[in-house]
Amino acid sequence: MSLLTVKENISMVNNGNTDIVSAVQSNSNVVFDTKDLNLWYGETHALKDINLTINEKEVTAIIGPSGCGKSTYLKTLNRMVELVPTVRTTGEITYKGKSILDKSSKVEELRTHVGMVFQKPNPFPKSIYDNIAYGPRIHGIRNKKILDEIVEKSLRGAYIWDEVKDRLKENAYGLSGGQQQRLCIARTLAIEPDVILMDEPTSALDPKSTLKIEDLVQELKKDYSIIIVTHNMQQAARISDRTAFFLNGEVVEFDVTDTIFTKPTDNRTEDYISGRFG
Amino acid sequence: MKYIDAEQVSKRMGTRIAKNNLLKSLFFMATLFGLIVLAILIYRVVVDSVGWIDWNFLTGKLSTAAERAGIMGAILGTFWMMLVVAPVTLILGIGTAIYLELYAKKGRFQAIIQTNISNLAGVPSIVYGILGLTIFVRAMEMGNIILAGGLTLSLLILPIVIVAAQEAIRAVPGFLSEASYGMGATKWQTIKNVILPAALPGILTGAILALSRAIGETAPLTVIGIPALIIPFPEGIFDKFTALPMQIYYWTLDSSLVAEYANLAAATIVVLLLLLFVLNSAAIFIRNKFQQRF
Ligand SMILES: Nc1ncnc2c1ncn2[C@@H]1O[C@H](COP(=O)(O)OP(=O)(O)OP(=O)(O)O)[C@@H](O)[C@H]1O
Ligand SMILES: [Mg+2]
Repeated sequence: MSLLTVKENISMVNNGNTDIVSAVQSNSNVVFDTKDLNLWYGETHALKDINLTINEKEVTAIIGPSGCGKSTYLKTLNRMVELVPTVRTTGEITYKGKSILDKSSKVEELRTHVGMVFQKPNPFPKSIYDNIAYGPRIHGIRNKKILDEIVEKSLRGAYIWDEVKDRLKENAYGLSGGQQQRLCIARTLAIEPDVILMDEPTSALDPKSTLKIEDLVQELKKDYSIIIVTHNMQQAARISDRTAFFLNGEVVEFDVTDTIFTKPTDNRTEDYISGRFG
Repeated sequence: MKYIDAEQVSKRMGTRIAKNNLLKSLFFMATLFGLIVLAILIYRVVVDSVGWIDWNFLTGKLSTAAERAGIMGAILGTFWMMLVVAPVTLILGIGTAIYLELYAKKGRFQAIIQTNISNLAGVPSIVYGILGLTIFVRAMEMGNIILAGGLTLSLLILPIVIVAAQEAIRAVPGFLSEASYGMGATKWQTIKNVILPAALPGILTGAILALSRAIGETAPLTVIGIPALIIPFPEGIFDKFTALPMQIYYWTLDSSLVAEYANLAAATIVVLLLLLFVLNSAAIFIRNKFQQRF
């Protein structure tokens, strides 16, 4: 950890990127700290001795070949993996200092702080309004005026307000795929999370919608910590501050994105990034 | 060099297409067979009933004199009985399906229950009649009242409703419930707001089809002892009663004594068929109208 920080600081300075330097300086603001995490699906050992520290208000990208455990790791952070009955974990993950994997911590509470955007846009077959109001409602907000405000704020936050403001009562499935995905992001914003997990949020979208979401991620980073899984190297390079390279359930390398993409320490990282496998 | 020889392909093309056409007509004939049998059946019944269905027949009391006999009592009996069957099967059926699909741990215990429910769906209806007679009519001393008949028929169709509801719940795509869980919803909130609304058209369709099965059931009712006597119109679920299929049964039975009873039976069948037709149309309507698209 300390070694890593030193190395980062050096590359930061070389880089001259003041934005990231300030992020590193406020390094005490760790959102997720993963220690020796192991995860099995029945007999399949999907995550092996994962150690990762994720900082507040940064974009952390997770890259790696198919089946290496990216989605699994992401879903461990909001404990969605537990929907698979055969899952077993060891090790520890803390969210803002509090351990989340032991059964005494409430998943429902964790998930109001840690929102998730899925690979395939998955709005509810309800109106656009009801999609956004879903989260606030399940957390007990009934007041129509407050709900209206949340809906508008969330849709604006996901840069989709202008496109849908006149059709809030219409079914969300009338939107295009890219709009649906931004709606899903807005729906996540509506629960006012601190962290947003995104699992290949643009893989089902056309290039234009993809760019919109990438811009959006840059905006959201001011207020949220974002962890994004992507198969798109350019995307990771464009939008993330740090990148973790996963391979066969292990973290091969985790560093500042520029370092990962310009001078990776591990050969396997280099091979993967340059497209030699995966 | 090519493996697929174009000349050979075009030479065999004729036989391939002929074979396709032959099978197509065979499958069509299989369909036709069922249709023809159904048409003959309906034709016979309708011919026998012509002239017998009138206002007096629909609203009148039962009578030994064929010309004066009416089936209002049986219609009311069937109606009250469905008022018992519908809520009982819906509540128990949906509840069981929710538990088995969404709460129960997948394991041995769950597998055993599941197998038993599927097997129960195949138990002959007369066995349910015996069960109803033993439990409701005798042990609980209800006598042969509407409630007893309704509960017996509820037992009969409960497995069908459970299985239909389970299938409807299973058909709700996982990405919808994941979205809900992902926002911190509890299981019940997810069931209430996402899973049930999406599954409801399927559940209701299955339940209505099961109800129409219950409406036509005769065997369990004969076992719990529905009288062939002329009794007052039932006014609630604690009254004694007769039901449409029972009426058909008794009139058919006695048609060797009074020939016109056969016509009365046919007329009652037409009424029952119309009722079933309405119910099945309602099921199709619900499915098309409330089906959510995603
Ligand atoms: N529900 C499950 N049951 C059993 N094994 C699973 C399950 N989900 C994932 N796995 C296994 O765990 C490993 C990691 O899967 P995961 O979905 O995390 O990969 P990924 O890196 O997200 O891949 P992709 O890029 O294709 O999405 C794989 O070997 C996969 O087969
Ligand atoms: Mg994945």
